[in-house]
Amino acid sequence: MVDWLAQYSGWLSYGSFFLVFAGTYAIIVLGLNLQWGYTGLFNVGVAGFVAVGAYTSAILTTPDAADRIGGFGWPVAAGWVAAMGVSGLVGLAVGAVALRLRHDYLAITTFGVAVTIQLLATNLQPLTGGTFGMQFIPKPLQGWLGTGLAWNLAYLALVLALLGAVYLALQTLVQSPWGRVLRAIREDEAAAESLGKRAFVFRLQSFVIGSMLMGLGGAVYAHFVGYIAPEDFLPILTFQLWAMLIVGGSGNHRGAVLGAFVVWGFWAASGSLLRGWVPQAEQARAAALQVALIGVLIALMLLWRPRGLVGETVAVSRSE
Amino acid sequence: MLQIVADGLVIGSVVSLGAIGLTLTFSILRFSNFAHGEFMAWGAYFALTALLMFGATEAGGPRAIAPFSFGWPLLAAAAVAAVLTALLVLALDSALFRRLRRQGAITLVIASFGAALALRNLLLYFYGGVPQYYSQELQIAVALLPRSVMGGLRITPDQLFVLGLAAVTVVGVHLFLQRSTLGRAMRATSMNPQLARVAGIDPEHVLRATWVIGGVLAAVAGVFAGLTVQLRPTLGLDLLLPLFAAVILGGIGSVWGAVIGGLIVGLAESAAVHVVGAEYRAAAAFVVLIAILLVRPTGLFAEKT
Repeated sequence: MVDWLAQYSGWLSYGSFFLVFAGTYAIIVLGLNLQWGYTGLFNVGVAGFVAVGAYTSAILTTPDAADRIGGFGWPVAAGWVAAMGVSGLVGLAVGAVALRLRHDYLAITTFGVAVTIQLLATNLQPLTGGTFGMQFIPKPLQGWLGTGLAWNLAYLALVLALLGAVYLALQTLVQSPWGRVLRAIREDEAAAESLGKRAFVFRLQSFVIGSMLMGLGGAVYAHFVGYIAPEDFLPILTFQLWAMLIVGGSGNHRGAVLGAFVVWGFWAASGSLLRGWVPQAEQARAAALQVALIGVLIALMLLWRPRGLVGETVAVSRSE
Repeated sequence: MLQIVADGLVIGSVVSLGAIGLTLTFSILRFSNFAHGEFMAWGAYFALTALLMFGATEAGGPRAIAPFSFGWPLLAAAAVAAVLTALLVLALDSALFRRLRRQGAITLVIASFGAALALRNLLLYFYGGVPQYYSQELQIAVALLPRSVMGGLRITPDQLFVLGLAAVTVVGVHLFLQRSTLGRAMRATSMNPQLARVAGIDPEHVLRATWVIGGVLAAVAGVFAGLTVQLRPTLGLDLLLPLFAAVILGGIGSVWGAVIGGLIVGLAESAAVHVVGAEYRAAAAFVVLIAILLVRPTGLFAEKT
């Protein structure tokens, strides 16, 4: 009986772990979907925006530490709001530079932003802890719930509630006149401009809101794990998030969320298969193969099912 | 001071060669290819494999040509690498890019992104993450100028070789584009694809030629990067930002722009190493990129459109 209970709670613990990550990714992918799916903005630096959110919240909420700047002991909720704010500001700066230009430039600029943020996280040791990262990021309500399963489940509930709120807010947003303008600009910029809609302003707004959601996702991640380091925000994270959006189907919030859960499931399953089947010495090589698989997955989806699993709900008459 | 310039020119010549290929594919295939850095990395590793097959990596070796750390085997290996890289690029085009061409530039960018990820991690899978070298021999830098003249100037023979061959290659590409029929067809397609087609130019032929030239230049640049720095699976990823900065700085489609842009990026990186520290080297290309986007987003030598 006790064995059975232990096993049961083991599964529950793993399940809640898995779902918290999937839910966090879903929040970020929803932000990416607003940028790409609804506005056609190609952001290759998602990991950078996520890192900004994670580090902002971590720096503000951790207790004071002797060996680094920061550690302001703010409440976690305030840290999350600040994470959204700072990521949004980075988005504003990037967008102001790159959104007026042809769309490849945004891809290249965001790629550079992610590289630079990675560099700063690694080298601004007094602020970010350098390659060792930041520890003791507070886990909200841990004083009440302890460190065990109860806390995991409570955090899962929080993440899912947050995901639901973001989903509803975005759904309202894209169905509003503002959302219609976004799609109009994406499909035919000249026509939208001729109706007096300034494409640049709408694009910038969409880009900033998307960046804020990425920052929020980063903060949610940081406070769940309790530890962040530069290696958590490598380009592979950006690729995973893109795979989620492409597999799920961009331009559709349900697709974005579904993609996050499906791809994360695929990733976790292939990872545990590799760990189980591949001998210890070969694990680093096998991990490389796993990443290559994600790259192939993106390419295959583009070739065979460019609209993703769900695809965009066609709401208005389209020019094609 | 002079040393910063010399180091910058060596870095820059590698970036320039890569950037020429990137700017050609950018202007003729009309998308920013995030896999171009991986072509360079694959070229560098192809050369390593060829070299191993020639049995020429044993320390020193009588086959090294006097001042250099390498001999004919490396040059032969570079030629093999160029051919293999061109084939790899063509295979990738027919498997992926050609099928997506109708769907617009951004789909191609995403595809190149996925391709880059797969290519890079396959390198990691095949060769492992440990940095490798073409030769185990340590090369002593030769003092060209004593310390009393503007801080002095030291350079290795290999670096001089890279500078020289890069210059020859650039001139060769220039002559090819200006003088040969295929080169003219490529320039025409870059300026106006519809008009080029009306004039009887086969667009698929031009696209293939562009891929081959881009692949060959990438392989050469990759071998140079391996020769002057080291071989590692992230070689392509690390060079991607400098490449794009060089292409945009020079103006998309301009070969000389890419060369000048590459040299400027190289100088900026070298200056950053000396002034701010080596750990921020990668940010130099980003600063150059942002500056050009703010001041003159069409680049210094933009082709007229």
